[in-house]
Amino acid sequence: MNGATATLNITRYLPGQDQIPRSQSYSVPYQRDWVILDALNYIKDHIDGTLSYRWSCRMGVCGSCGMMVNGVPKLTCAVFLRDFYPQEIRIEPLVNFPIIRDLVIDMSDFLDKLKSVKPWIIRKTEKQISEGEYLQTPEELSAYQQFTQCINCMLCYAACPVYGMEPEFLGPAAIALGYRYNQDSRDQGKESRQAVLGSHEGIWQCTFVGECTEVCPKEVDPAAAIQRSKVEITKDWFKSVLLPWGQR
Amino acid sequence: MISPRPDKSMLYYPKMPATWWLRKRSYFLFMLRELSSVFIAIFLVVLLVQIYQLSEGPKSYTAFAQRLGSPGWIIFHAIALLFAIYHSITWFFSTAVVLPLRLGKREIPRNLVAALNIGAWIVVSLVILYLFLSLKG
Repeated sequence: MNGATATLNITRYLPGQDQIPRSQSYSVPYQRDWVILDALNYIKDHIDGTLSYRWSCRMGVCGSCGMMVNGVPKLTCAVFLRDFYPQEIRIEPLVNFPIIRDLVIDMSDFLDKLKSVKPWIIRKTEKQISEGEYLQTPEELSAYQQFTQCINCMLCYAACPVYGMEPEFLGPAAIALGYRYNQDSRDQGKESRQAVLGSHEGIWQCTFVGECTEVCPKEVDPAAAIQRSKVEITKDWFKSVLLPWGQR
Repeated sequence: MISPRPDKSMLYYPKMPATWWLRKRSYFLFMLRELSSVFIAIFLVVLLVQIYQLSEGPKSYTAFAQRLGSPGWIIFHAIALLFAIYHSITWFFSTAVVLPLRLGKREIPRNLVAALNIGAWIVVSLVILYLFLSLKG
């Protein structure tokens, strides 16, 4: 270390004390191998123990440490100080969400929406354990594998202006996960997800800005899932009209 | 089980600024794509009026066509053309996302799908231009 420091301007909001969020500046030792989360942990441990933020795994798996870094939604465990140094770095809570305190956002809306798409395998009839696993070919797996990578980090919600303007929008990650289960050859619950996915607040509110895909740290491509869902649901609708006897 | 929920009265609800689309280049380009439909809609209304004038007889049509030759309308059509080209290109790139094409087990790269679409579009446009020019001739 050569005594160099990096400056972080961090949004602070203490409920009951602050009317609106404010920015507070902190200087931390500059280390080339530090990610933003390391700097936040340094502040918490050595400078200001009142700073609040979420984190857990520190390796891009848990999806807890999503924040706005210089206005862009990022996992703070995956962005290095050196990418910005010597410029000051602005750290804010994910936009489009209510703020609980400092960098901690209220994720209840997302969790409700996630649950509404039933992101689990639904079977009309369950096999007995003695009958063995539900087998799948590599091709069947590849139809949805990319969409299983979602870690619910909500960066896509922060990047989506539609969600920012229309909070009732189901949003990118929830739709991507609904699509993921609809594409799973073991699943039989497509119809039970349709009411939510196919509603106005579901896929049809998406105007395909595409930023959800740009910011996704796991290359899930929610924008593609939403647009492909539009095609699937439209095809299903035509089939239901043209084949009135349910011959899908 | 009741899931823990924060006290809503203690939350801060940030407002999205009206200038959100100026914050990022991709947002701005998105808004341009949306705006392009306004110009295309106006162009289509003008085209419908033009077709109607055709049914009203040659005198009426010529007078309307002359009005369209004014600098204001020429500028409008030039802008509408640029927007139409931009809108079409964004849709060709969207097509590659919406309808992934596979060659065997491998997905064809999206940029290649978009390039093939744009290539086909240029060929069709040239054929139409050729037909138009030969009819005029």
